Amino acid sequence: MKFLSQLISGISLGSIYSLIALGYTMVYGIAKMLNFAHGDVIMIGAFVIYTMCVTAGVPTIISVLIAIVFCTILGVTIERFAYKPLRQATSLAVLITAIGVSYLLQNIALLIFGSDTKSFTSVVNIEPISFAGGELVISGETIVTIVVSVIIMIALVIFVNKTKPGKAMLAVSEDKGAAQLMGINVNGTIALTFAIGSALAAIAGALLCSTYPALSPYTGAMPGIKAFVAAVLGGIGSIPGAMIGGIVLGVIENLSKGYISSQLSDAIVFAVLVIVLLVRPTGIMGKKINEKV
Amino acid sequence: MKLKKILAVVLSLLMVLSFAACTKAPVDEGNSEVDESNVNSENALTFEKEGVIKIGGIGPLTGDAALYGNAVKYGAELAVKEINAKGGINGYEVEYKMEDDMHDAEKSVNAYGALKDWGMQMLMGTVTSVPCTAVSNEAANDNMFLLTPSGSAVECLQAGDTLFRVCFSDPNQGIASADYIANNNVAKKIGIIFNSSDVYSTGIKDKFVEQAAAKNLEIVATEAFTNDSATDFTAQLTNIKSKGAELVFLPIYTAPASLILQQANTMGFAPIFFGCDGLDGILSVENFDAKLAEGVMLLTPFVANATDAATVNFVKGFKEISDEKYLNQFAADAYDAIYAIKAAAEKANVTPEMDVEATGDAMKAAMVEISIDGVTGAGITWTADGEPSKEPKAVKIVNGEYVAP
Repeated sequence: MKFLSQLISGISLGSIYSLIALGYTMVYGIAKMLNFAHGDVIMIGAFVIYTMCVTAGVPTIISVLIAIVFCTILGVTIERFAYKPLRQATSLAVLITAIGVSYLLQNIALLIFGSDTKSFTSVVNIEPISFAGGELVISGETIVTIVVSVIIMIALVIFVNKTKPGKAMLAVSEDKGAAQLMGINVNGTIALTFAIGSALAAIAGALLCSTYPALSPYTGAMPGIKAFVAAVLGGIGSIPGAMIGGIVLGVIENLSKGYISSQLSDAIVFAVLVIVLLVRPTGIMGKKINEKV
Repeated sequence: MKLKKILAVVLSLLMVLSFAACTKAPVDEGNSEVDESNVNSENALTFEKEGVIKIGGIGPLTGDAALYGNAVKYGAELAVKEINAKGGINGYEVEYKMEDDMHDAEKSVNAYGALKDWGMQMLMGTVTSVPCTAVSNEAANDNMFLLTPSGSAVECLQAGDTLFRVCFSDPNQGIASADYIANNNVAKKIGIIFNSSDVYSTGIKDKFVEQAAAKNLEIVATEAFTNDSATDFTAQLTNIKSKGAELVFLPIYTAPASLILQQANTMGFAPIFFGCDGLDGILSVENFDAKLAEGVMLLTPFVANATDAATVNFVKGFKEISDEKYLNQFAADAYDAIYAIKAAAEKANVTPEMDVEATGDAMKAAMVEISIDGVTGAGITWTADGEPSKEPKAVKIVNGEYVAP
């Protein structure tokens, strides 16, 4: 019973990682850049919901929608001003810029909201389900997170493979130059990718802070990094890979906390990552792509 | 190009504004209060002997930690007022002057210099740990007697032997917690969740485990987390729950604690949660559901609604001279600190003519011999290394308020 309950809390944590990892992998898959500011867009999204819900008293659903719109605009703005001018620069320059944007967002949040932790009101209104006389409890947030992650994953796969803008994304990810020659608006497509990635960040922010209701300007940073690890573990660029990587990461983390050592859990998680990457350098679901010379 | 220019203008404006916001606010806030630091404005008092015993104070009267500094200031002023009304120390008038350090080590050392120029004979400060550590080095060099009301870091007292404190040191809160739990039969089987990446938390945990063994408390599970993994505690809670702990000891700060309380509630796990001063303020976490903290106990030297005569008298006097928002453990620590200085100075027969060095020698010998009944505990005594020994007190959260259990 203890094992099942540890497993379930691992899946709960993992589903959050999955949801964040979807945003990472989406942007990486198309724009081939690591958007380290993703975790902080999540934090901003959560703050928007917090401000709407708690301070202004707006109904939950509407404040989540406002956060999605806000983050989408924020993501596109960041892309326009911070990343687009660097389109021709080295990937290292873009990476450093992304880290800079991450600090910028954190410090703006510090300036506006202060460093005190705020307690987030859950946006999920589902009673926890308990089994075996309260021995095993699955919270409403966990159920919603898993369902939402699966829906988003399926929707993204369909969007990318079946729709015109989605196919444009695939084309841009394979060869920017050729895509442009074929009449695809490369800048527009990348902006769209950021818009979708940031909208996902808002949803992830809502569910992250509902499951773990402590909100501060640093809330997004660590889950962001863990989710990045999850995306790499699952095979970065692969949408189902992000989902699987997140769940695997969460389960390993919680089982090692529960059965090996709560002090060593992070070390174990990263050791597993190293081993997986040694055996399968492209991650669990990653495809091997032959570079054409 | 145009966009870039606009952006540059907006950004520079923002910068200017933020600088203005940073520098202006604390100064304005402080001035009015710093000026009135000299307490002895009531001239009607007469003293047996000529001369004034000058006690200096340093603490954050402005800035982020101003709540603590002002609490100490008013607590000390109340004690000085009471002592002067009863004829002072050894027949001499007592004067207390507090300088602002804005919780900054460098400013604190400057304030120490300013107070020495004023003629400070001993120091009741500083209020916060990091400045206190810096000032304690200076005080040790001068053989200045230093009694900090609330500097709880171990380092505050390491520079010399004229350094003392009123509060428990950080790790000693672990000892005090184990003592309290054992002496009051709060629980027998204990689980611990601590932050292994934080020296405060680890220090308390280590001492707690030692003392718990001495007191026959059974520690069934010791679980850790780090700053980087401070979101999900269900694994730790599940382990502690399955080992049958009746009490979970949380030597941590409020942010992770609020998550632990929430997750334990979701799991349907309801032990007694017991914390140290890091947990103080859990009720003021913004938007926190106070119901989750119902029944949480925490170690604190001072409960404002306690009914013993010393506390009632202190609370009444304090409300007359100050705002209720400063009525906290810092004020109580400062109040006791001044009375401890009085007791030691009377034992050592300190006079205003004695220089700083001689006062320091006399006071450090007297401190280990005195015992005072204060608002932070009865029968407080000190050891030669400056640590207080007193009965720990705890509060319990009932209906969203701190009450004595």
